[in-house]
Amino acid sequence: MATTAEGFDIHHDHGHDAHDHADHKPGFFARWFMSTNHKDIGTMYLIFAIIAGIVGGAISGIMRVELAEPGIQYLQWWAQFMGGGNDLNTALHMWNVFITAHGLIMVFFMVMPAMIGGFGNWFVPLMIGAPDMAFPRMNNVSFWLTVAGFFSLLFSLFVPGGTGPGAGTGWTVYAPLSTSGSKGPAVDFAIFSLHLAGAGSILGATNFITTIFNMRAPGMTLHKMPLFVWSVLVTAFLLLLALPVLAAAITMLLTDRNFGTTFFDPAGGGDPVLYQHLFWFFGHPEVYIMILPGFGMISQIVATFSRKPVFGYLGMAYAMVAIGVVGFIVWAHHMYTVGLDVNTKMYFTAATMVIAVPTGVKIFSWIATMWGGSLQFKSPMVWSLGFIFLFTVGGVTGVVLANGGIDDNLHDTYYVVAHFHYVLSMGAVFSMFAGFYYWFPKMSGRMHSELLSHLHFWTFFVGVNVIFFPQHFLGMNGMPRRYPDYAEAFHFWHQISTYGYYIMAGSMVFFFVNILYALAAGKKAEANPWGEGATTLEWTLPSPPPYHQFETLPVITDAHDYHDHRPATA
Amino acid sequence: MASAPPLSPDAARSNLRTGALAFAGALAMLGLGYASVPLYRLFCQVTGFGGTTMIASESKARAAAAAATGQKISIRFDATTAMGMPWTFHPSQATDTVTIGERDIATYVARNDSNQPVTGVATFNVTPEQAGKYFNKIQCFCFTEQTLQPGQEVTMPVLYFVDPAMLDDPNMKGVEQITLSYTFHRAEEPLAAAPSATK
Repeated sequence: MATTAEGFDIHHDHGHDAHDHADHKPGFFARWFMSTNHKDIGTMYLIFAIIAGIVGGAISGIMRVELAEPGIQYLQWWAQFMGGGNDLNTALHMWNVFITAHGLIMVFFMVMPAMIGGFGNWFVPLMIGAPDMAFPRMNNVSFWLTVAGFFSLLFSLFVPGGTGPGAGTGWTVYAPLSTSGSKGPAVDFAIFSLHLAGAGSILGATNFITTIFNMRAPGMTLHKMPLFVWSVLVTAFLLLLALPVLAAAITMLLTDRNFGTTFFDPAGGGDPVLYQHLFWFFGHPEVYIMILPGFGMISQIVATFSRKPVFGYLGMAYAMVAIGVVGFIVWAHHMYTVGLDVNTKMYFTAATMVIAVPTGVKIFSWIATMWGGSLQFKSPMVWSLGFIFLFTVGGVTGVVLANGGIDDNLHDTYYVVAHFHYVLSMGAVFSMFAGFYYWFPKMSGRMHSELLSHLHFWTFFVGVNVIFFPQHFLGMNGMPRRYPDYAEAFHFWHQISTYGYYIMAGSMVFFFVNILYALAAGKKAEANPWGEGATTLEWTLPSPPPYHQFETLPVITDAHDYHDHRPATA
Repeated sequence: MASAPPLSPDAARSNLRTGALAFAGALAMLGLGYASVPLYRLFCQVTGFGGTTMIASESKARAAAAAATGQKISIRFDATTAMGMPWTFHPSQATDTVTIGERDIATYVARNDSNQPVTGVATFNVTPEQAGKYFNKIQCFCFTEQTLQPGQEVTMPVLYFVDPAMLDDPNMKGVEQITLSYTFHRAEEPLAAAPSATK
């Protein structure tokens, strides 16, 4: 299986020995800009997600600093800085722009690229024993579409969007605010950014589905696949079925804005509530898209560091399938206040609560995996334990919000903000850090510092809890979300919440120092740094893996189960 | 560029087939996204979802009148204009008490306060929303677009009845008043392919 040279690769070196065929890398430009290698693309996705995370996190910092005191402190300065006027209206618009950018960046350009593009690309082929993804060039297209989408969103910040520069519609882009309410091209660019990122994700989903269905190593049946691969498979299906609906909805927004259609304009027979139905038909599966790969990673990590097979493998796999299926029929719980009748609310309340069952299966199976295990509290494991605890807290407030009656009171308050940040900025983000510390030695070939990882964990854990736990209290007391100003009564908890942000931001120093330390001076990582609990195929390869792996496909025999895929001789 | 070992032709074909199927699934969902627009309209018209009122024929109106039991219900009338609509628009009567099943006529008054002809189109619904499927209109100014000359004032009728079937619906228990609401929007000009005013 020789490497094939192509015309544009001027760096191709023909004078190499047979044994480094597998590790022969193209020149810099061809390697990183025309990449067809799943590990390189995964690395680019991870770097991109970290950059987008810094931007999105900085925006949340601007918001938390503004919210530390009642009244408007810094928004006017930011409005002027971004090229807007000095008046209050522009400043308030700036706030809407910040919440919009924070939401869109974190969802589409941080969590999704990291989870699916980053870890998915890196480890799905490795874990199923495939040499690469099914469509390596399409993989490259997916990545650059996502980057283009990010630039389109950033560009929207500098063009007029109504009362000031930027798109101030919220990540939901509800009509009529996003149609007749936002003149100027900013919202068009924001919508276009979603088109690009969505197209990239749909292509990526197609790629993952094909890879997982067709390219598993001989003997690796679906029921022997690692749970992370299962999670990416379910996620890919959710992407494939949900994102086109968003694409349709936002294309209708574009034509309503620019070409005189009235899909969401009552004057022409449309209905703005239809947009909300379409958006949340996408939006609810989207929240599972953001958390399911995390579930998969946590399953691998908990099994590894308990040195036990995961408890209830089939239940774990089909719980994810069940969450994915039921996730498509609960969307209107985001819209309890649009005027649904009581029977509709009753259905959506019940259906939403049903999701707690498969989710409970997962939580209890993780605990049962640890039960009686020989636990090692390495950095990936502490992040996983943090995930299990905090995601459960977020899940409990989710069951509260699932009630149509209670939601009438809590809708659009900080209680909702607290809920979805517990499941996302603690659930999804903790699982990403767990996955990062788990696989960083494999990806880079260097060991990170356990001390710095633990410091990062504890400071981050304290920080995010201090940010978001008080927001439950604010919400219960009626503080509405998406406002830069508030009554004096909310001051105390807002101030605490902002202190939490400083702690969280400080904790990220440990993360970046840790990466720099590992890359500059980290110990060389062995093929399997985590010991006997790490039994999936990626740990049978050197760290980092060769540029091309599995030129001879591994064979999974009947003696292997879902847990242990190592060759019999290892 | 050093690319991965090439797949066997069989494997490549199989990948293309799976990829094409997946992509077709995505396209189908895109189509469903657009199909939801007429489906949603149809769903509202059939079920009265969101307080969408019904359009009744003469025969249905006669059948309803025959089933009338003499019980009465109060109807409240509401009128609004959308932003940028230079009309004054109000009901001639705030409330009316009607016999359930019997037809009744209500009137609204609209005046064009601007100095140019303005065409308006009215959207409508009723609250409580579960009353939508029992509120039948036989004739309504909201079925068509209305054009008013500068300063012109018109009285516009709506001929309606409340279906006696509501008396058998547990969801309508305790409903003593139905509010009929209209909002006048400025119709898009020119009137190329103006969509119907129904939800």
